[in-house]
Amino acid sequence: MSLLQIEGLGIDFGGLRAVNDVGFSLKPGEIVSVIGPNGAGKTTLFNMISGVYAPARGRVVLNGEDITRMPPHMLARRGLSRTFQNLQIFQSMTVLENAVAGHHLHERGSVFADLFSLPAARRRSKASEDSARALLDRVGLGRAAEQEASSLSYGALKRLEIARALALKPRVLLLDEPAAGCNAVETEEIDHLIAQVAAEGVSILLVEHDMKMVMRISNHIVVLDHGEKIAEGEPAAIARNPRVIEAYLGAQATEAQNADG
Amino acid sequence: MIMRLSSKATTLLILAAVIAIAPFFFPSSYYFRVGSLIFVNGLAVTGLVILIGYAGQISLGHAGFAGIGAYACALAPIHLGLHPALAAILGALLSAAIAFLVGRPILRLKGYYLAVASLGFGILVSMVLSNEAQLTGGPDGMAVPELGLRAVLKAVGIDLSNTEFWYAFSGLALVLGAWLALNLYHSPTGRALRALHGSEVAARTVGVDVAHYKLVAFVISAIYASVSGSLLALQNKFITPDVAGFMHSIEMVTMAVLGGAGSVLGAILGAAILTTLPQVLTVFQEYEQLMLGLVMMLVMIFMREGLLPSVAHRIRGRGE
Amino acid sequence: MPELLQFLLSGITVGAVYALVALGFTIIYNASDVVNFAQGEFVMLGGMITVFASAAGLPLPLAALIAIIATAAIGVALNKLAIEPARGAPVVSLIIITIGASIFIRGATQLVFDKQIHRFPAFSGDQPILIGGATILPQSLWVIAGALAVFFCLWLFFTRTLIGRAVLATANNRVAAQLVGINTNYVMTLSFAMSAAIGALAGVLVTPITLTSYDVGLALALKGFAAAMLGGMGNPKGALVGGLLLGVLEAMTAGYISSQYKDAAAFVVILAVLFAMPQGLFGRKPTDRV
Repeated sequence: MSLLQIEGLGIDFGGLRAVNDVGFSLKPGEIVSVIGPNGAGKTTLFNMISGVYAPARGRVVLNGEDITRMPPHMLARRGLSRTFQNLQIFQSMTVLENAVAGHHLHERGSVFADLFSLPAARRRSKASEDSARALLDRVGLGRAAEQEASSLSYGALKRLEIARALALKPRVLLLDEPAAGCNAVETEEIDHLIAQVAAEGVSILLVEHDMKMVMRISNHIVVLDHGEKIAEGEPAAIARNPRVIEAYLGAQATEAQNADG
Repeated sequence: MIMRLSSKATTLLILAAVIAIAPFFFPSSYYFRVGSLIFVNGLAVTGLVILIGYAGQISLGHAGFAGIGAYACALAPIHLGLHPALAAILGALLSAAIAFLVGRPILRLKGYYLAVASLGFGILVSMVLSNEAQLTGGPDGMAVPELGLRAVLKAVGIDLSNTEFWYAFSGLALVLGAWLALNLYHSPTGRALRALHGSEVAARTVGVDVAHYKLVAFVISAIYASVSGSLLALQNKFITPDVAGFMHSIEMVTMAVLGGAGSVLGAILGAAILTTLPQVLTVFQEYEQLMLGLVMMLVMIFMREGLLPSVAHRIRGRGE
Repeated sequence: MPELLQFLLSGITVGAVYALVALGFTIIYNASDVVNFAQGEFVMLGGMITVFASAAGLPLPLAALIAIIATAAIGVALNKLAIEPARGAPVVSLIIITIGASIFIRGATQLVFDKQIHRFPAFSGDQPILIGGATILPQSLWVIAGALAVFFCLWLFFTRTLIGRAVLATANNRVAAQLVGINTNYVMTLSFAMSAAIGALAGVLVTPITLTSYDVGLALALKGFAAAMLGGMGNPKGALVGGLLLGVLEAMTAGYISSQYKDAAAFVVILAVLFAMPQGLFGRKPTDRV
């Protein structure tokens, strides 16, 4: 029984097929990675699944319900959460406040109670703050709780985004390059965290460039190239797949040339 | 330093202390009048802190709501036989309802588009107020009945002069308004507003219904502006359409941003400066516009976060 | 029918002025992403400086020329002293800076000149011309012809000259323009100069009809802004169509509904357009990148 089902998803930008006919599914607690060369449409795919872009074709089904083109805040209520490739931190909030803000769905209540700071409002705030502190400890940011979020390093901000996304208590978590900009130790920590979260039954959809990490933690891999799915399967099978190797090495060879030139 | 400075209790304490102690240094009753004007403006500006500072949405039309609050106090007692206090509440409810209706389409817009749409709304309100002369007296304005609270106080032995009463009453209203705004800041609703200010797309993904919360901020700030307009009308006992005019909207936004739209205390400081400036400059009346324009430009160019946060940063920078 | 034609003619005259103000907004907006609320003050300065220069004994054309050049210089000063130092500031700050500039210019004008209402004689007399039962002032023809000439010259400038293309390139992508060697600071200076000069020209053309005083700028700025929004911010063609449309709408409202609410019509329509098509008639749709 799959929790999240993607069927024939596609979108065009100015007549260009950015993503076309991509489909796959996630079971509860499964880690599925989407890989592919730069510009393959990975983030666009994420944006369609998470309601940021409206897909032109195809369906997204969460737990039997069609959630295609549903706005992100409605998806959040259905347990779908995400992080962003280029960080989307709440500026001018502390690290703790960022994590607390992630609890929005659990802490929201009457505006009236909030204005007059009624006991109910304080109770909601207190509960989400306690939970946020626990989450920050979990991602290793417990000590930084009172700092301005903007003072954190790139890698730490990535972990803060994960904490914020986890605050939702999601059933499906979309992680867009969680290890980008992280050193080896940090990458391993994130690696560990993802496996832990998945073990608790959360399905994880991952976009990541660190191939070692992808091969290590994924149950299943989907490969995109030029917006189309060119392969999917278990990590070992993907690593041997000639089309994948060609798409990848071809792209990397070109990238290397570009970097030299 | 910043943490302690921005904490709720300290802000309220500073505000209450200044309001309570200042009268001991007033050389004449004229200063009570200036003070109460500052508080009335401060109240409207505190509402804008919620809209601009928390939620990051601009409005160049909030004087429209001040106009609704002011004219409610002038019209409802005559036509509906309401007590002026009830009229003020009616005005606030009406402002909230109008903000709710207007806000929904307007707040889908961003930046300059939002600015011009809200500006258009404000201008329409002021135009109705000055054109419907048989109802509102037109540009000449109209009289507003006495609130009557002063007489009640006198009966129980508290005898205040008119200016003293309005200083105390609007001062109290401002402290109450600041308290509510500060409560909101640290509440789930406040966090949702600040989240959508920081990143709308991220706020959505944590479940914030962005359109709903923008509307919440818009309606709350409209109520603040409306009550501010009511207080102004009641203490002046007279009102003209200028209260709803474009320049008043601009003044309100400038006060908020001048002091620092992110902080309640800063915005009230902005209100104090911009309210006092014309009083000081009456001596050089021809220079008033020149100076006002210059202050607006200089603060925004050299202290982008507004006066109070910029100064606080500088102090903190020195401390480290 | 002659009534309708009459409203149409007066609407087009006013609309031509709005179009020029909107064009001024557009030029600056394209070069710097700033909406310059002081745009109306340029129109006021054009009229006021001409009034006082000609009162000082200069022939009218020379007075007008001086007014346009002086206003252009003020535009450049505004850019150098207030806009450039505030680069990267949030939209709210930029709005306050340009409104501050507008109030400042108004205050300065009132000090340097006076608070009276002024006019100078129309260029070709005040004898109305009859067209199909309606009349039009010769000066209105000057306004309309002036606006068309400005738009035509600008079109030539943007499509036929190197520097014009540099301005367009800067509008499209500032960083890329810098990379290919365009001096974007120069482009901004030029944009403010052009925008101020166009505003001043509008002021020179329209003062014989509408008269001028130190405080006419704000209303013009709001209308011009509204026209620019109506057409779609950043699009010169939109400025022209938006301006004319707004002028005609106002004239029709004044004629058929209520002259008191003629200003209201403009804002009602703008609200309606913004709600229905948030990008205006010719605007581009921005896409959020995540």
